[in-house]
Amino acid sequence: MFEYLTMVSWSPYVAGAGIGVLIWTTFLLSDHPLGCSTGYLKTAGMVETAVSREKAGAMPYYRQFVPSVDWWWMLIIGLVIGAFLSSTLSGTFSLVLVPPMFAEAFGTGWPLRFAVALAGGILLGLGARWAGGCTSGHGISGTLQLSLASWVAAACFFAGGIVVAGLLYGFPYL
Amino acid sequence: MAFESLRSNGRAQLVLGLLTGIVFGFLLQKGQVTEYEVILGQLLLTDFTVVKVMLTAVLVGMIGVYAMKSLGAARLHCRMGSVGATVAGGLVFGAGFATLGYCPGTAAAAVGAGAMDALVGMVGMVAGAGLFARIYPRLDRTILNRGKFPAVTIPELLHLPPWVVVVAVAILIPVVFYGLTRLGF
Repeated sequence: MFEYLTMVSWSPYVAGAGIGVLIWTTFLLSDHPLGCSTGYLKTAGMVETAVSREKAGAMPYYRQFVPSVDWWWMLIIGLVIGAFLSSTLSGTFSLVLVPPMFAEAFGTGWPLRFAVALAGGILLGLGARWAGGCTSGHGISGTLQLSLASWVAAACFFAGGIVVAGLLYGFPYL
Repeated sequence: MAFESLRSNGRAQLVLGLLTGIVFGFLLQKGQVTEYEVILGQLLLTDFTVVKVMLTAVLVGMIGVYAMKSLGAARLHCRMGSVGATVAGGLVFGAGFATLGYCPGTAAAAVGAGAMDALVGMVGMVAGAGLFARIYPRLDRTILNRGKFPAVTIPELLHLPPWVVVVAVAILIPVVFYGLTRLGF
């Protein structure tokens, strides 16, 4: 059992099946889908509230998604801890500033990578709330409920991603 | 429902959120989808790890959630989509997905495995979500409700009983896996 936890990686089918079972428990014990973008929104709302409680309280979107430390926010903290445990157990934890693939194409300097990552993050946060979910909320939890919006959203995530990835690195299949 | 008191217990839900995140982060890291190279490989169509993880989760999750629903132990939470919200937002998300090289869940997990660029991405996501909250009233008036979809769920769209679609998807996903294997992925 312990050997299994110290493996560098698992089959994607095993990891995926585990996520499927985890979503059963979320529906059963928490009565909602498993999504990640809400936690980021709550953080943004807490920042707005810290700057001006009055202004944040008057924003219609924060009336729908009240900024607070809740299930969604704790999920993000847990994600960091869980991956830290997994990578530490397998001995693969390492501090990396620039992923090797990015470094090879665009150079090893971290300022460029951080600027690109910041821009990508802004688009992700904006797009996830705009579409009503992310790769986990729509892409897994929504599609498995056979939600039409989630299947369309997942297709658009990949369509947009495939185009931009091709623009960055070239289209290897063309 | 047997779990009603647990579901409405705020303190217990904090613990459950944390535990769910820990297991989710562990699985994402072991599934290698916390790697920038694996995500970009998927979007460049040279590595299908992301699709394999996601579709297996959908297959297993769908069967369990629909089984619990028929037993009265779970409810579905589907919302109506639209071209102005789902398609437009989805494409913006996709552009960010390729630019950052992680998604909201895998970015947090990548930070746990030591990727500091993912931490910068997390800061960006907070800013992006906050930006959406700021412009939400204007988007809601202009674009979000444009082109409402004709149905909330695929069974409704196809006028089929849900279980027929569940069975069809449960057959289709292994067929996709077989196809990917035949193609050498």
